[in-house]
Amino acid sequence: MQRKGLVFTTLAVGVTWQAAALIIKRPILPGPIDVLTAFMAELIYGKLGTHFLASFWRVIAGMGLAILTASPAGLLLGQSKKFNQILSPLIYLLYPIPKVVFVPIIMLFFGIGDLAKIIIIFIILFFQILVLVRDQATNIRPELLNSVRSLGAGRRALFRFVYFPATLPAILTAVRQSVGTAVAVLYIAELFATQKGLGYYIYFQGSTLFNYPAMYAGVVAMSLLGLGMYFGIDWIEKRMCKWLFVN
Amino acid sequence: MIQVDNITVTYPSSCVSVFRKFSWEVQKAEAWAVLGPSGCGKTTLLYLLAGLLKPVDGSILIDKEPILRPRPKSGLILQEYGLLPWATVRQNCELGMKIRNYYGADGVHAPSENLSTRGEKNWIEELGLDSFADKYPAQLSGGQRQRTAIARTLNLQPDLLLMDEPFSSLDVYTRENLQDLTISLVAENGLTLVLVTHSIEEAVLLGRKIILLGNPPNVNAVIVDNPDAERKNYRNSSAYTKLCRKLRTKLGAS
Repeated sequence: MQRKGLVFTTLAVGVTWQAAALIIKRPILPGPIDVLTAFMAELIYGKLGTHFLASFWRVIAGMGLAILTASPAGLLLGQSKKFNQILSPLIYLLYPIPKVVFVPIIMLFFGIGDLAKIIIIFIILFFQILVLVRDQATNIRPELLNSVRSLGAGRRALFRFVYFPATLPAILTAVRQSVGTAVAVLYIAELFATQKGLGYYIYFQGSTLFNYPAMYAGVVAMSLLGLGMYFGIDWIEKRMCKWLFVN
Repeated sequence: MIQVDNITVTYPSSCVSVFRKFSWEVQKAEAWAVLGPSGCGKTTLLYLLAGLLKPVDGSILIDKEPILRPRPKSGLILQEYGLLPWATVRQNCELGMKIRNYYGADGVHAPSENLSTRGEKNWIEELGLDSFADKYPAQLSGGQRQRTAIARTLNLQPDLLLMDEPFSSLDVYTRENLQDLTISLVAENGLTLVLVTHSIEEAVLLGRKIILLGNPPNVNAVIVDNPDAERKNYRNSSAYTKLCRKLRTKLGAS
């Protein structure tokens, strides 16, 4: 995505927002300037930063956990027909379930602390990464594997020189596709029984304090969290998967 | 150099053996072409030599060593898709060395002696790839990709070159070009060559000896001598055309 287009789009969203605020003229829709002012104020004098970091930590921890467990599992399934045959019905069954319905159950089991929220994000990302990495690993051309084997590679070297680099784009794609869902579910999880995190912050400012500019500041912070993750993954992909961008 | 001794090969999925009590011998520095229609088992034969498949029965010896896994001094070049798509030409060419360094001189994945000796020749330069060294395979033409595959193999200083239809997806001009390159590389470096092809012309051009495979099971090796293959400009000689015609009849009859 070109930087110019991004700036232009942001401006267009801001102008539309301002116009809507001027037409509606009610406290529940403050204009972007009011919100930005509130955002800065809440960040510097309020607790927005703390809440942001709490949510950010939960996303990163859940994501890290998912990558560290799902990629090796996906590689294993993609490599071994036997494993895949045994486990694919289970994955097939679990994959389409909207994981958000597990939020209450996970909270019952893991309590109201950070762990429950991290596990929720972990579950959402885990299946996405698992399935994409597995499919990527299954689709590696036999010619490529045979060529590299003929250069002397055994199982370990195949992992290091073929399977790992081949599945890296799949991991990044899976994370990028599901990071939006993860942040959305995090919002829901943070509505319950917690006093930290952007979900709590948005709900508290809007429904308890009726401080709408601050509530919108929270919404902006949550959007920035999602966008930041998205762009971060893009950046990593451009660095580590240069070959995808050559043509 | 290669002794294929009484091998029987059967695919798990079919009941017919591809090879039954099949024997064949290749001397050092010979150039062989394996010719036959698709499904005759010629790729299977090459994979057996490469140590990627094992016979059900019988044995294959290369340099008097039984082949149970890929041999460090055999180089394998396939028709396509043999290069790492995420690695540049240079990185692809260094892959063999990287894998050897990864295991160390264990004598299994890498030769037990002279690990540190890089090839004396810079094959990237030698094969005219320097201006593409930092490009990825997707940015190259088919001919450049095969040159890279050849350079990668030669970097490991092989004594045996195994090629599976290496030029069949290339246009005529590039193909002839790389065929000539292969002939001179094999001759200059004293390599033993086993090249699998379905093209009669290619077999006649590159094979000093030609082994014909037919419908499975292959029991006896049908061998055609092609002593003129070493002559200059053989492609345009009448001996070449004559042998092509002879092989065409032979294959059609079987």
